[in-house]
Amino acid sequence: MSAVAATLTAVRRNQLASVVRQELRKNFLRWRGWWVYLLAFAPALIVGAHAISHMMGMDNCELDEDTTILAGIVQLYYLRLGIFFGCMGIFTRLIRGDMIERSLHYYLLAPIRREIVVLGKYLAGVSAASFFFGVGVFLSYFLMYIHHDGAGRSFMLSGTGISHLLAYLSVTVLACVGYGALFMLTGLLFRNPIIPAVVVLLWESINALLPSMLKKLSIIFYLLPLCPVEVPADKLSALFAISADPVRTWLAVPGLLIVSSAILTYACVRIRRIEIDYGGE
Amino acid sequence: MTPLIESRYSEDQLIRFENVSKFYGDVLGVNRVNLQIAPGVTSLVGPNGAGKTTLMNLMTGLIVPTRGRVRVLGIPASDPERFFRVVGYCTQFDSFPRGVTGREFVYDSLRLHGLPHRQALDGADEAIERVNMTDAANRKVAGYSKGMRQRIRLAQAISHHPKVMVLDEPLNGLDPMARAESMALFQNLGAEGLHVIISSHILHEVDRISDQVIFLTSGYVVAEGQVHGVRDEVTDEPVQILVRCANANRVASRLFCEDHVVEARMHEDTRGVLIRTRDANRFYELLNRMVAEEGLEVEAVTPADDDVNSVYRYLIGSEGVNQ
Repeated sequence: MSAVAATLTAVRRNQLASVVRQELRKNFLRWRGWWVYLLAFAPALIVGAHAISHMMGMDNCELDEDTTILAGIVQLYYLRLGIFFGCMGIFTRLIRGDMIERSLHYYLLAPIRREIVVLGKYLAGVSAASFFFGVGVFLSYFLMYIHHDGAGRSFMLSGTGISHLLAYLSVTVLACVGYGALFMLTGLLFRNPIIPAVVVLLWESINALLPSMLKKLSIIFYLLPLCPVEVPADKLSALFAISADPVRTWLAVPGLLIVSSAILTYACVRIRRIEIDYGGE
Repeated sequence: MTPLIESRYSEDQLIRFENVSKFYGDVLGVNRVNLQIAPGVTSLVGPNGAGKTTLMNLMTGLIVPTRGRVRVLGIPASDPERFFRVVGYCTQFDSFPRGVTGREFVYDSLRLHGLPHRQALDGADEAIERVNMTDAANRKVAGYSKGMRQRIRLAQAISHHPKVMVLDEPLNGLDPMARAESMALFQNLGAEGLHVIISSHILHEVDRISDQVIFLTSGYVVAEGQVHGVRDEVTDEPVQILVRCANANRVASRLFCEDHVVEARMHEDTRGVLIRTRDANRFYELLNRMVAEEGLEVEAVTPADDDVNSVYRYLIGSEGVNQ
């Protein structure tokens, strides 16, 4: 690599770090995002209440049953709703929020490629969303097993328990990666993200019913096979939790990353065409 | 003016608009603008909606021309990594990233230039000092007065030492002292060979510091160049000249006989007469004859409408705003 190219790379790295830092400072742990924190931690509160009632002898449940409930929480709540809407709240604001607050031009007037701005904002969003939802999932996991005394603790510390936790945390991060890219793009394309979000939610919900080719054009298709525990298929909810035609696990991660990268690349193309016209915001 | 500029300056010293038009849907922003702007202080003058901000946004790539091409020192805005190292733009948007202090605001901007922490901090402090905001630098921008916000945005725009500074209404909201300091700063930067592009409604102040003026109305450039040159080209408006002398009434009575003189108005102190003439050369010849043949003692002869405000009135049709 020539000296000029090396310098340019170092400058771009500094710029990327600067965008991430500024975005985290603006958006991380702000009161404005209370509802995202609620989405992230609501299950932990409910599981905590369940743990207390079990310890007080008001509720009787088995460890296997709680393992299935936890799988349901992750697959039906976090992946379908919590992370979905959390990412919508976080990522659509990253660019649209700056336009509403009339401060996006500060990025566009800096000697920085617009793609780096998109990437920096995206990384900040993924970091924040992964942190909140990762902590939420971890707390749910911990509270789900801690009240089972010795059996619960040994499960948590066993290979199975740890592999479940790691799988859930990985799925959480991957969901933030996938939905983050999607909502980053919708934030760029639409002034009001509610309508596209509803369309995406419907699309993701009927994924199990779609033809094989179309299934691949969704985020949930790649996430569900990575979950370590299946939610029982004897209920209506199984329609949303189980894919009839699952992708192989070893393909799911690269598949999701490819879909996310494609969406993000298109977002980079779009931001190159963006013009500052705050009047319409 | 254009051929002269082309011969004196190379492409990488000029801001060049080539047949640039911008439409917002059906609404005209600017139309068929051809400009070459040389270093120095250049003011964009025109009423609200004339296209001043559109021209500045086009110059800095915040909007893209519908037709035509813009180059600043030979660089297109589509190459931001080169472009914004030489361009600084202080926009009219009175808004800031949420929650920042003045120092953080300028520092963050320099970090976006890729500067490491220490250099960015020093650069921010230097720029903040230049606009006399050091004492308030650690306060949140949200608590600043309008003038302070204006100054901190100016600090941000100059912090990376750009060669081209584009300043949209930079004197708005400033108190007289800050305004005078800002004007001196712009003048110094212009004298250092930088491009300083200013839009302003405060015409008498623009007049004082501008090397050249661009008059805009309804999206069209109606005139450009040095104010005196532009005034000379406005031939359908009589030239106003103020003559100060002891026997002004004699001058006035003599001038009434001349067919090119439209008006001769005595000054209140009777030691001056304001002339409006359609032929300034014939007037000066006559005045020279009166001095040489009749011993007229003239104290001063000054053009009275050779300023931005008058030219604005002649070209654009309404009074310029003098604040």
